[in-house]
Amino acid sequence: HLATSLPLPSERDHLRPRIDLVVFMIDIKSKYSLKNVETSLAHVDASFFLGKVCFLVTGVGRVNACSIETNAVCKLGEAYCSPVLHCELELEGVRAATAQRLLRMLQICAGHIPGFSALSFVSLLRNSDDD
Amino acid sequence: FNLIPAILFSPPPRQENVDPQKTAFLLRKAWTLYSVTPLYGFRRGRLRDYARLLSAFIAAEKQKGLAVEVGVELDIKVALSSLAELRGSELDQAALLVQLSSRSRASSRSSEDKPVWLGWFCSVFGEDLSENVPEAFTCLPLFLTHGAESYTSLVGRWFQKTFDCCFRRLAISPMNLSWMVAMWAGCKLDRAASAVELVFSMPRLSQPLDISYAIHPEDAKALWDTVQKTPGEITQEEVDVFMDCLYAHFHRHFKIHLSAAKLVKVSTAVASAHCDGIVKILHSQYLPGVLMLLTELAISQIQ
Repeated sequence: HLATSLPLPSERDHLRPRIDLVVFMIDIKSKYSLKNVETSLAHVDASFFLGKVCFLVTGVGRVNACSIETNAVCKLGEAYCSPVLHCELELEGVRAATAQRLLRMLQICAGHIPGFSALSFVSLLRNSDDD
Repeated sequence: FNLIPAILFSPPPRQENVDPQKTAFLLRKAWTLYSVTPLYGFRRGRLRDYARLLSAFIAAEKQKGLAVEVGVELDIKVALSSLAELRGSELDQAALLVQLSSRSRASSRSSEDKPVWLGWFCSVFGEDLSENVPEAFTCLPLFLTHGAESYTSLVGRWFQKTFDCCFRRLAISPMNLSWMVAMWAGCKLDRAASAVELVFSMPRLSQPLDISYAIHPEDAKALWDTVQKTPGEITQEEVDVFMDCLYAHFHRHFKIHLSAAKLVKVSTAVASAHCDGIVKILHSQYLPGVLMLLTELAISQIQ
């Protein structure tokens, strides 16, 4: 399900399936996308931040088109205890690899991988970052 | 590629002791920017030799058929000189000027030389690069050119061949342009200043669309003065607040989010800069400050 911002319209609440993972997409070329994500974050229930949220930064191949400081996004990830993924949407290989990663994360968050919970996965990611 | 992340950065220093006459030729010209890696084996005493060699190289390339101007018999005369005034501190190398002039074969008097191309290498407070580099290298990370691209290419190739250095066009990101406009709009100027202008390019449209946002210079300075907390320091947060105010104001009136567009050009009374790496410096007082910024951008592109 794609949305340009949160909260989702309440009219369709009863028709909506369970949400297992929220991916916030930030375009490094657009300051507006960061602001939009920051305001949308306020509408997400705190329980999601136990491994069911991640940030996806796009446009990172274009160093010269940066409108956002990469540090700002990293700080956002730290503040919300959620991983930050980077992706260059225009490159098919990277796009496919990122999609597979997200799918894998979704499987874990939906509880389809025995022995692995969303929370344990996210702590694994955080520990490897600190190394 | 970022400027200093959120720490101390002094606004452009005013330099009263530099003779403005010597640097007047730099003002009000559109300079194309390049970053240059350190030059190996460059000797300041051999400038006349280098000028001869470069001249011969250009003549040879013309013979090979890479003529710059077809059908016109022009000799290209090369002059190399140093400009000690153009540097930040004693730790910087003096600037190096390369001038190409044409002399029609019909006349042999040097007073008839017509300048056709101008380029200069400089380093203003570029210690970050030079302190980490071995003795045999000369650090002049910023290269500015004015004139035909074909001459730039010739000069560039000769320098690359002779000093084993590497040139790259210096692109300026929207983030760096924001820093520039915030800093320059806040500069104190003696005379009436021109408007502060920001040009945005709207993404993903079938027809290219540019939006030009012009602000009265006094309003821009007043805004910056309320945002900047410590004189002599500029932080990323302050630049963000400044830009957010401008975006919010525009959105209030036109319902367009400029923050979703790409900032491509900024223009103030101090200087103007384009994301393709083209700058024009308009005010001699702030010349060192602008060059310091550009040197820093060049160094971060090299590293």
